Amino acid sequence: MFDTIIIGKGPSGISAAIYLKRSNKNVLVIGKDNGSLYDGVVIDNYYGFPGGITGTELIERGVKQANELGIDVLQDEVIAIDKYEHFTVTTKKGVYEGKTVLLATGKPRTTLKIKGFQKYRGKGISFCVTCDGFFFRKKKLALIGYNEYMLHELKDMEFLTEDIQIFTNGNALTVDVDYPVVHEQITEITGDEDKATTIVTTNGSYDVEGIFIALGSPGAVEFATRIGAIVENTNIVVDDNFMTNIEGLYAAGDTVGGVLQVAKAAADGMHAAIAIKKQLKK
Amino acid sequence: MAIAITKENFKSVVLESSEPVLVDFWAAWCRPCQMLGPIVESLSEEVKGLAVVGKVNVDEQAELANQFRIMSIPTVLVFKGGKVVNSIIGVRSKDELRKALGV
Repeated sequence: MFDTIIIGKGPSGISAAIYLKRSNKNVLVIGKDNGSLYDGVVIDNYYGFPGGITGTELIERGVKQANELGIDVLQDEVIAIDKYEHFTVTTKKGVYEGKTVLLATGKPRTTLKIKGFQKYRGKGISFCVTCDGFFFRKKKLALIGYNEYMLHELKDMEFLTEDIQIFTNGNALTVDVDYPVVHEQITEITGDEDKATTIVTTNGSYDVEGIFIALGSPGAVEFATRIGAIVENTNIVVDDNFMTNIEGLYAAGDTVGGVLQVAKAAADGMHAAIAIKKQLKK
Repeated sequence: MAIAITKENFKSVVLESSEPVLVDFWAAWCRPCQMLGPIVESLSEEVKGLAVVGKVNVDEQAELANQFRIMSIPTVLVFKGGKVVNSIIGVRSKDELRKALGV
């Protein structure tokens, strides 16, 4: 059992990890990629780096600094976070338990830019099988996705109906499924006044009664929404201690909004770590 | 206390209310609903005398859920003069809900 599991290995997550580790807390960092500090981005407004530093190098240096303190930074992708007595973090490769969780994944950069998508959100388009599946029992359902995240949702969907079709939206399928798969790109979602009824692709159209989305990798906002944390305008809402409305679940950096800057993310991580340390004492 | 709304009392509590009414569609098995529950309860105390706050259990009141085409929970609907004037899907802060209620 970890004291804190930190999701995200950017300035916010690593700063929090360093402060917690230096207070002798048992922390685990799980990071997928460099997020908005991708290759080619140069940060030239951060303290101590004349001439600037690339996003990639900044991330690498942060991870190295954490490693030197004995912090494990796993290269893995989180698929789900649940809270029962403690937090359970499920990744592609394993399952980890923590007393607290810090969401520091940064801002999502992939939204589904499909005509009709916004219109039918909550009207036949859903992002959470365990939340909304109840309304779609025995229906003809579409699941949009192509990887482990999709598979995770598919397992929940199988309790609802046998009539499932997978839409990869033009992505290569990286997992095995026993259901029909449509590989074409989706161009539009259409329907009547009240709900989505049809998925239109580059090659045809498919009648559906419900559409669930599990595309790419879930970010902090997806985890927060599922577990019941307050999300407003794609920002996770936190108090002065960077805690969400859920005891023990914290968020910091770009995920909570404000200025999307390295300095602010690092400061958020530090503040969150101090607050987490206090909570762990209780 | 938020009022438990059923199809029997829906007309008198929601449609015929002279005050704005906030209705939380929820279910016991829905994790986000469990988080919204206490927020809605607290709001109901805060707006006493200004607005009505109620809850619809979609498991027990499938007809109401159907009538308002609820396909995602939690969904919060705000009624004024018997009509839906606002709808919010997902967990929100008490301030945000109060803003939607307009009191």
